[in-house]
Amino acid sequence: MHSAETLLSDPTKAGAGSQLAQLRRVIICAGTGCMANGAMQVFERFKSEMAGSGLRVILELRPEAAHDEVRLSKSGCQGFCQMGPLVSVVPDGILYTKVRSEDVPDIVRQTLTDGQVVERLLYKDPATRKTCRGLEENPFYARQSRFVLHECGFLDPEDIREYMLHGGYGAARKAFVEMSPEEICKTIMESGLRGRGGGGFPTGRKWEAARTQNSAKKYVICNGDEGDPGAFMNRSVMEGNPHSVIEGLMIAARAIGANETLVYVRAEYPLAVARMRRAVEDAEREGILGKDVFGTGLSMKCEVMEGAGAFVCGEETAMIASIEGQRGMPRPKPPFPAQSGLWGKPTIINNVETLAHVCRILNEGPEVFRSIGTKESPGTKTFALTGHVANTGLVEVPFGTPLREIVLNIGGGVTDDAGKIWKTGFKAVQIGGPSGGCLTEEHLDLGLAYESLRSAGAMVGSGGLVVMNQGTCMVSIARFFMEFTQRESCGKCVLCREGTKQLLALLDDVIEGRADQNTLDLLEKLARAVQVGSLCGLGKTAPNPVLSTMRYFRQEYEEHVFEKRCRTGRCKALLRPEINQEKCKGCGLCVKACPTQAITGEKKQPHHINPELCIKCGACATACKIHAVEGI
Amino acid sequence: MASTPIAVDRAENFEKAKFEKVCSILNRHARRPSGLIPILQAIQHEYQYLPEEVLTYVATSLDVPAARVFGVATFYAHFALEPKGKHVIRICDGTACHVKQSLPVLNALREKLGTSEKNKTTPDMLFTVETVACLGACGLAPVIVVDDQVYGQITPARAVALVEEIEAQERSIETAPVIAAEQPSAEAAHA
Repeated sequence: MHSAETLLSDPTKAGAGSQLAQLRRVIICAGTGCMANGAMQVFERFKSEMAGSGLRVILELRPEAAHDEVRLSKSGCQGFCQMGPLVSVVPDGILYTKVRSEDVPDIVRQTLTDGQVVERLLYKDPATRKTCRGLEENPFYARQSRFVLHECGFLDPEDIREYMLHGGYGAARKAFVEMSPEEICKTIMESGLRGRGGGGFPTGRKWEAARTQNSAKKYVICNGDEGDPGAFMNRSVMEGNPHSVIEGLMIAARAIGANETLVYVRAEYPLAVARMRRAVEDAEREGILGKDVFGTGLSMKCEVMEGAGAFVCGEETAMIASIEGQRGMPRPKPPFPAQSGLWGKPTIINNVETLAHVCRILNEGPEVFRSIGTKESPGTKTFALTGHVANTGLVEVPFGTPLREIVLNIGGGVTDDAGKIWKTGFKAVQIGGPSGGCLTEEHLDLGLAYESLRSAGAMVGSGGLVVMNQGTCMVSIARFFMEFTQRESCGKCVLCREGTKQLLALLDDVIEGRADQNTLDLLEKLARAVQVGSLCGLGKTAPNPVLSTMRYFRQEYEEHVFEKRCRTGRCKALLRPEINQEKCKGCGLCVKACPTQAITGEKKQPHHINPELCIKCGACATACKIHAVEGI
Repeated sequence: MASTPIAVDRAENFEKAKFEKVCSILNRHARRPSGLIPILQAIQHEYQYLPEEVLTYVATSLDVPAARVFGVATFYAHFALEPKGKHVIRICDGTACHVKQSLPVLNALREKLGTSEKNKTTPDMLFTVETVACLGACGLAPVIVVDDQVYGQITPARAVALVEEIEAQERSIETAPVIAAEQPSAEAAHA
């Protein structure tokens, strides 16, 4: 066994990392998605099958691995969650999808022993029906630029030595041994890295502000409180490559002169909490964290704290309050956390994904980082692509990538509720969660970046992209987000606390058919007031989904209000079930099914529904064998 | 019940054990008020919920007003002030799950178990049905979590089938030999 020090300092051993890339490996995705679909059973089955097949299997990576050995390992999220469990065989370049433990013997015999491909387990592109052998042919992967995610899906998150063999902690070493804090801040500023958590504040400037503070004690916090419903990239990085987060934290701490760091992880992510804790323990054992970091005499501590389920804690000052053991309520800025944060000391808070980019910037230089993306928003961004789209999962693309590329090419197109491709089904994409807005067909060619999205009335947010098809009611979506922010408002600002409640009530009026022109006017007026009258990002952005849907789907709102009609049929109160007089044969099945005796009619004569009594439960429509009940 | 003294004994032992555990949790966090959230998390991990008397005990031990402890306990969604059922079913109602029809799943489960928005737990304390903002498994939407096991691409029918499976298991435990269930009380009597 090599000590951490030799793994880090001996360049020949670092070269072993690239040799190891040639080692044959079976990598089983162990992200939350694949685990839910039985990835662990697949892993265990591989272990037993490979043991009985005469292959030389190694479970732990060693620098001196022999050529005929096959390494079996778990990895973090490989991103293609819907098709899990995923099994990759490298360097053969094969990706098997939806692998069950019954399939394992075939993979071991055909692929590992005979070098053949098990055709039935390959991914078939639903649009072209082409079978894809590996990542290069798979449009979901081939069109991405995976940097942060690549390592997530390749390294064993529970093996610090593997991370180190692939050059891990090299950037942290460089930051501690070769660079001064000023140089680190300067490099990050030159790279143009912007916070991936939502606001897009330049990371280098934040660090510089904290660095120049005169204080003996400073803190760095990693924001892993990914509360945005529909986003899960931070979870994937923490689960898949926890050491890259720790390394980023160490570099940030070195840059501002802090010796205590903290990772605040959302409590809904138990696996991420466990893996982060394990990574911290491993780093302490290897002497990377501790009293004497890289022989510089500097100390470095890292703690992992579990959140307790409050969306508002994603806001910097609320998170600090939460860490201090208080209710997570934001406070006015300034003073900014960089001046006075945790326990009144200078503190910087960076998103998980931001920190994951830091190591690469230090390793490859700011120019390489800047070389992709747009001028104002350099680098790549991870998006969680979900909703009515064929390929759901994690997508990493350069900033400036058009929406069309992500939804139609990487995502493989829009689907209907049953999951079949629906060519003309695209309606909207909700980006940025409850703080963001909608993008419509006119935005398909818009390059996704901080500025372009702001001008379209949306925001990058943490990067959740929820695709919605024509069957989705936009008023209901606005209501969904409003219900969320109303529930999550901490209650400090009156306009946020009461305003969101009233906005929700107004949206309910629209959905339930009680609205008129005044409702729409009031909705808009109140939404603007909440934006202005709230302290933190939650309240300031809470009305965004309403304003954005009203801007792009005004007609749909008006249909609800003036015609009392929902074109998608999702708003139950607006349904007008009627019996088609020409079709109805008067069999009486609907009369028996109706729980409120709302249906009357002579036998063998067309029946009628009394709208006063009808509760729109749909029982009649289900009972009718000839589909004579319409409008429900 | 013939063995009333034993029952009283057990209750007392239970009370004692309860505060002993709380004390050890408090000690582990050095009784610092700043550690309030991790302390409450550890207590909830132990008891599945935060009993009122434990919260006041925590406030006294940390030397902070009870209002602050209750303030924190009621602020965060993760803290439960009422006991939960033996099996906790969490339905994800994040955006992705919502557009992929998570509500019908929720309604089917509520109908099956007779729970509602207000009464989340069944009277027999077997099931708790609750919604959660996002579990981060959006690729598998809609998702439910039953006792920490994630089930993806769920349908109302499959969700109900899962509940029926658990119910069947519970019934088989109930009809299992009664002696096994009585053993702890015998031990308690000896102690």
